[in-house]
Amino acid sequence: MPLIFTQLQLALPEIVLLGSTCLVLIVDLFVSERSRGITYILAQMALLAVFITLLATSVGKTSDAFSHTFVRDALGDTLKLFVALSCSVVFLYAKNYLKTRDIPFGEFYVLGLFGVLGMMILISAASLLTVYLGLELLSLSMYAMVALQRDSVTASESAMKYFVLGAIASGMLLYGMSMIYGMTGSLELATINTKVLEHQHDIVMMFGLVFVLVGIAFKFGAVPFHMWVPDVYQGSATAVTLYIGTAPKIAAFAMLIRLLVDGLLGLQSEWRDIVIVIAIASMAIGNVVAIAQSNIKRMLAYSTISHVGFLMLGVLAGTPEGFASAMFYTLVYTLTALGSFGMVILMSGYGFEAEHLDSFKGLNQRSPWFAFIMLILMFSMAGVPPFLGFFAKFMVLKSVVAIDLVWLAALAVVFSIVGAFYYLRIVKLMYFDTAQDSHSLEISTDMRLLMSVNGLLVLLLGLKPDWILDLCIRVFPLA
Amino acid sequence: MGIEPILFYSFATVLLVSASAVITVRNPVRAALFLVLTFFASAALWLLLEAEFLAVALVLVYVGAVMVLFLFVVMMLDINLARLREGFIKFLPVGLLIAVVMVAVLVLVVGPEQFGLAKFAEPARHNADYSNSRELGLILYTVYVYPFEIAAVILLVAIVAAIALTLRHRPTTKYQNSTEQIAVQRNQRLRIVEMPSEERK
Repeated sequence: MPLIFTQLQLALPEIVLLGSTCLVLIVDLFVSERSRGITYILAQMALLAVFITLLATSVGKTSDAFSHTFVRDALGDTLKLFVALSCSVVFLYAKNYLKTRDIPFGEFYVLGLFGVLGMMILISAASLLTVYLGLELLSLSMYAMVALQRDSVTASESAMKYFVLGAIASGMLLYGMSMIYGMTGSLELATINTKVLEHQHDIVMMFGLVFVLVGIAFKFGAVPFHMWVPDVYQGSATAVTLYIGTAPKIAAFAMLIRLLVDGLLGLQSEWRDIVIVIAIASMAIGNVVAIAQSNIKRMLAYSTISHVGFLMLGVLAGTPEGFASAMFYTLVYTLTALGSFGMVILMSGYGFEAEHLDSFKGLNQRSPWFAFIMLILMFSMAGVPPFLGFFAKFMVLKSVVAIDLVWLAALAVVFSIVGAFYYLRIVKLMYFDTAQDSHSLEISTDMRLLMSVNGLLVLLLGLKPDWILDLCIRVFPLA
Repeated sequence: MGIEPILFYSFATVLLVSASAVITVRNPVRAALFLVLTFFASAALWLLLEAEFLAVALVLVYVGAVMVLFLFVVMMLDINLARLREGFIKFLPVGLLIAVVMVAVLVLVVGPEQFGLAKFAEPARHNADYSNSRELGLILYTVYVYPFEIAAVILLVAIVAAIALTLRHRPTTKYQNSTEQIAVQRNQRLRIVEMPSEERK
């Protein structure tokens, strides 16, 4: 087989996604307003096609293509599968929400699919150039998705904020990359990794490293680059918040691993200290400020910031177990965030947004089942055993203790106890307060079903977490 | 001394003078025009570095398209110059401090100590028949074909986003539809009413 075909075969999932996204874009142009469902079904089929091609073309070994700008490995394949899966869940949760609001239906799905393509490119990046381009493709789609709700002032404001801050962060990332390129003379992450030891104490390399870390921290929404997270989460339509708050975190994790581990592992002792500061600041500010929030989207945004801090703990451990625990944390967080933001959508009715914490008052009287699902999700976020979130926190703390940073693990536990307050407050509102409106929830069957599966997965996988954990450990071979 | 240092220093002077003029002149239109001059001078510096393609792209894209658009916007906006300059003296010390820190850090990091000729050898000079654009084209479509395609997709997303955010179909908007105007039928324009003839009074 000619070389080009083997290379194209490696990138087949991306090619399939791009092709089917363009198809969705064209079909959406011609379907009438009433048969909008076709766009949704096609978008889901595009993700399904990606899922199948990912499994079918999986080779099991690491191979690169297109002159070392693209890499296909077990880590990438696993992360891409989870990205496709979580976006498919987002699309389903968002369907009815979008239909009842003045948000362009087709554009949401088309931009969402382009965002998935950006995430996949980012996950498979093997050079600084593809990291940046994948990031831009993802970010550009997300800026546009936030702004899609054109008549909402808050949406336009948060889109503008997100765009300006994101552009500055991209500039910083590029500046750092240019320094690293200037020192090592290569854009390929693998080559950079071999040359980085020669320049370990170079001031230029440090400069580049700091700026790259700024870019990563911004993408994750880690303190001190977290300012955009609450505003964007609150200002966007809940369906867009759901999209931004879930799968892109997996892509951000991939970006972190590609840059810091594949590219700059040689500077580990240098970046560890910076990541420790970022992690502590994120856990502190995220958990403490979340207590003061009365808007649930804003509260979940600060909760995201604190979870990012936790995830960074696994990364700064710098061991394969640490990276695996950070990946496990990311996947668990994504699953729980899907459910939590999904619940906000589920509670919102026609022309009514369940954004305020009070909307959850007395949910137990209105729908005992969904109150129970929300209870599972909140307990998992707080890290109560035996829910999935507990094992994620446990694994991360274990990897920190393994490198003798016991004080850091203790600090993390303190912050997670602080954080338990605002998760348990929602449980209190649901079970011990009386409902403000007594309407029963109008929920479509598919959403009802998927929401139940989503919540129960958090519980059942929590009882048996080995499966995902093994998956995460397998993709980080012991070096 | 050859012609090259003379060209370099003259263009570099033009670059520095016009760049400082961008932030000091009072009139925003003049500032934009000085920015054009800045771009032009840096394009000339790139030419001296044998990077013709970048130089041409800078002149075509930035001078030719972006800055013209920018000038249009600046001319259309009603900018209150007095308000624009409010607080200039007040913020000057802070601004100067940040500028000094920035310059110090830049000299420290990208100065001759780090990127000087001692660490990086001077790049080899090419003959007159060497084409920088051709070399770029050769690797752009072979080595960098994957990033190139991603850049194309980013542009597609930009088009989709721009149309989705600005195109609005409002039922109240009044506009001419030339297709409908041409395809008009006689009976849509003229109604022949039959009525009995009446006696003249």
